[in-house]
Amino acid sequence: MNLDELKKIREKAKKEMEQRQHGVGVKRVIVGMGTCGIGAGARDVMAALLDELSKKGINDVEVTQTGCGGHCEYEPLVTVVDERGQVIYGKVTPDDAREIVRGHLIEGNILGNLVFEPV
Amino acid sequence: MQELSLHILDIVQNSIFASADSIEIEIEEDSERDALVISIRDNGWGIPKEYLSRAVDPFYTSRETRKVGLGLSLLHQAAVQSGGYLDVSSEEGKGTEVRAFFKHSHIDRMPLGDIGKTMSVLIIGNPQIDFAYHHRVEGDEFRFDTRSLREELDGIPLNDPHVIGFVFQEFEAWMTKQNSTLRGGRR
Repeated sequence: MNLDELKKIREKAKKEMEQRQHGVGVKRVIVGMGTCGIGAGARDVMAALLDELSKKGINDVEVTQTGCGGHCEYEPLVTVVDERGQVIYGKVTPDDAREIVRGHLIEGNILGNLVFEPV
Repeated sequence: MQELSLHILDIVQNSIFASADSIEIEIEEDSERDALVISIRDNGWGIPKEYLSRAVDPFYTSRETRKVGLGLSLLHQAAVQSGGYLDVSSEEGKGTEVRAFFKHSHIDRMPLGDIGKTMSVLIIGNPQIDFAYHHRVEGDEFRFDTRSLREELDGIPLNDPHVIGFVFQEFEAWMTKQNSTLRGGRR
């Protein structure tokens, strides 16, 4: 492990944490990571989400994973939960994932063409 | 699935589902013995004895959202098709160990693939779990342990944007090193 770099990261992150103590609601992004999700590309979708969040320096979004919810054919499924409620996106690609970060999480627009609607 | 690292991601989901808070992943590549061995150990609730023999059966699953359980059976198939085998041992209340053996040079052995992405996604997506990663390739090795990472971070969460970048970088550096060794013709 590169300890010098870790030390720098610790100091930087601590400073930022102190600055955002007040009233920021945490948003959540949940990626379906069952066998079906992984087979459909969920790992690269989640990696793209994390990479985009990290590059944009966004620290009020928590990315987690869940198992199979039974809609295997619509995987990879990505659920975004924020103060307005929950939106589920289906058949998400890594490019879509970056768009979810920019469009939904940063600008606050729901990406209508990606929304999952079970038939 | 087209990469062993995707299978690893999939099998670890079982450990997470079984409430493990400590997961060890070990990969050993040894061309002299022509072996690639993947071990995944967890301290989850384990598999009851009566179900252990059916663990690789695709038509058995403990889940309720669908009627098939493909994770272990797909890994079993991947191992067998490359002259290897799968071994699952478990003790209820203590944990489970899955070991997959592959013939390294076998033409049907899947590549390990992007193990860095698999591990980064696991570590950052499950900040409540401790992961210990140990990868040995011939004489070279790489370790990544979230316990020591946590100690160094002193309260900064593993999913902080700076830490995310760091985790990806550490694994990428190890993978780049491996790839350049590969191109150098040592393997």
